[in-house]
Amino acid sequence: MSAISGKTIAEKIFSAHSGTDAHAGDIVVADVDFVMGQDGTSPLAIRALENMGVDEVFDPEKVAVVMDHSSPSPIEGVSALHTIMREFGKKTGAKVYDVGEGVCHQLIPEKGHVVPGDLMVGCDSHTCTYGALNVFSTGVGSTDGAAAMASGKLWFKVPDSVKVTYNGELKPGVFSKDLILYLAGQIGADGATYEAIEFHGPVIDELSVEARMTISNMAIEVGAKAGLMKADAKTLEWFEGRGEKTPAPQAPDADATYIRELTFDASTIGPQVAKPHAVDNVSPIEEVEGTPIAEGVLGTCTNGRLEDFAIAASILKGRKVHPDVRFIVAPASRKILLDAIEAGYVQTLVEAGAALVTPGCGPCVGTHNGVPSTGENVISTANRNFKGRMGNSDAFIYLGSPATVAASVIEGKITDPRKYFEGGQA
Amino acid sequence: MEITAKAFKYGDDINTDYIISGKYKFKSNDMEVMAVHAMEELDPDYYKKMKPNGGFLVAGTNFGMGSSREQAPLVLIHSNTQAVLAKTFARIFYRNAINTGLPVVECDTDLIDDGDELVLDLTGGVLRDVTKGIDIAIKPLPPVMAQLLADGGLVEHFKKHGGFAL
Repeated sequence: MSAISGKTIAEKIFSAHSGTDAHAGDIVVADVDFVMGQDGTSPLAIRALENMGVDEVFDPEKVAVVMDHSSPSPIEGVSALHTIMREFGKKTGAKVYDVGEGVCHQLIPEKGHVVPGDLMVGCDSHTCTYGALNVFSTGVGSTDGAAAMASGKLWFKVPDSVKVTYNGELKPGVFSKDLILYLAGQIGADGATYEAIEFHGPVIDELSVEARMTISNMAIEVGAKAGLMKADAKTLEWFEGRGEKTPAPQAPDADATYIRELTFDASTIGPQVAKPHAVDNVSPIEEVEGTPIAEGVLGTCTNGRLEDFAIAASILKGRKVHPDVRFIVAPASRKILLDAIEAGYVQTLVEAGAALVTPGCGPCVGTHNGVPSTGENVISTANRNFKGRMGNSDAFIYLGSPATVAASVIEGKITDPRKYFEGGQA
Repeated sequence: MEITAKAFKYGDDINTDYIISGKYKFKSNDMEVMAVHAMEELDPDYYKKMKPNGGFLVAGTNFGMGSSREQAPLVLIHSNTQAVLAKTFARIFYRNAINTGLPVVECDTDLIDDGDELVLDLTGGVLRDVTKGIDIAIKPLPPVMAQLLADGGLVEHFKKHGGFAL
């Protein structure tokens, strides 16, 4: 990589955090702005800290542990893990987000713990979500997380970047979830392994900040280390009132070097569905329409935000969930739950027949809140549909947008949501 | 260090949910208990096969894709998996394996069949398929990771140096 070419967002953030002129391929030890773990990973990080002989964190204001994956605890074993996390918080002063606060990937930006231009790591693979907010955020294991909690630093290989551009415009009934599922179908589960994706184009510019987070959330599903976007006026506005930190956005140089460039015309993309048991096993919805479903899920770090509730409520308003379907709804945070109550979305969804569960990961991880039965099909707004993901190896998980899920739970089968939007017949 | 063991061969895109399902990973922090469920989604007998004499987990591309759970390399270690040999690895799993001390080797696994007897010499960088009588080229670890492994993993590196000394 020539040292005279311009820099990508990733190269700029790593340069600023390592005090070096960082280029793709370089190994850097960089300062991290925040470190996070969840209830499946924090206990091992806490144990690693103990094994290192470290009994404090580098800065209690920059470390958080979140109980979201199995919360409230359904079993004694999890309760013990939660206790370890609470005690860690008391001992070190690290922030503890307890039962009912929400999913880590909603809370960390929502509480202003990261701002554009930051570098952060989380012990959860979907930490890449905040790339939408111009934060280089990436998932690490518990031992790497512990090293970062102890020292405020971590080693990184500065990734090559892939530029993905969405031109055209989203058609009615098509959402950011469909764009990222489409990309997974195109490039596959290892399509960007070890690389950062930069998302560009007029379609990304038009999306709300929440809708952008859905895209970056799933960057890991194509193997990427991060899914980055520029910070624009919408991004900066989103952060207003969310904390004390001052954003320092990093934009790519016009002559930045990308390892590959992919361009798609969003106008030609319709609703997409990932079929069992792989996220890159993607079809246009027409190919799976009519597949019977027993459970629908609205929520998770992918699609549990207010806009997702608004979309689902617009479709379910005055309608009923099919009697043979369970519709599980999990807001991504307490704030989103409160906002969705205030906006009337919770009323609409619950009246339609939804079962509302605690803000958090909901049934996505197979620990609680709606484990499907043997042979059942599920349509979910989550990001993974691996065999056994939701706790039953003999269930079948389909992934789609909040609109696709809402349309499907009404009819009890996978349903094209476009009929509920402009130009539709509903 | 030379390791001699049998190859147990699996496919491409083996994700961390298959290595240790989410429904187990939250039940305990005790990896001996969890290891019984290693690779259960793909091979319910994995633990029984691997535990008594050890073995090499041989896979195709993108091994360890998916979640960041460090329980994945840990249950493989505790099921007596000696090393994972794959064409390519997913990023987080690869780091986690080095950090926890599970050897991970990138090589052309098409050359290896299930049940082959393998000898892996990590320090010498040699993999030999005794059954086939061939040496298989292995990709060297990145220097930074070799240094961490030489120190005995990231925890030991930290204890030794009081922080990152890379």
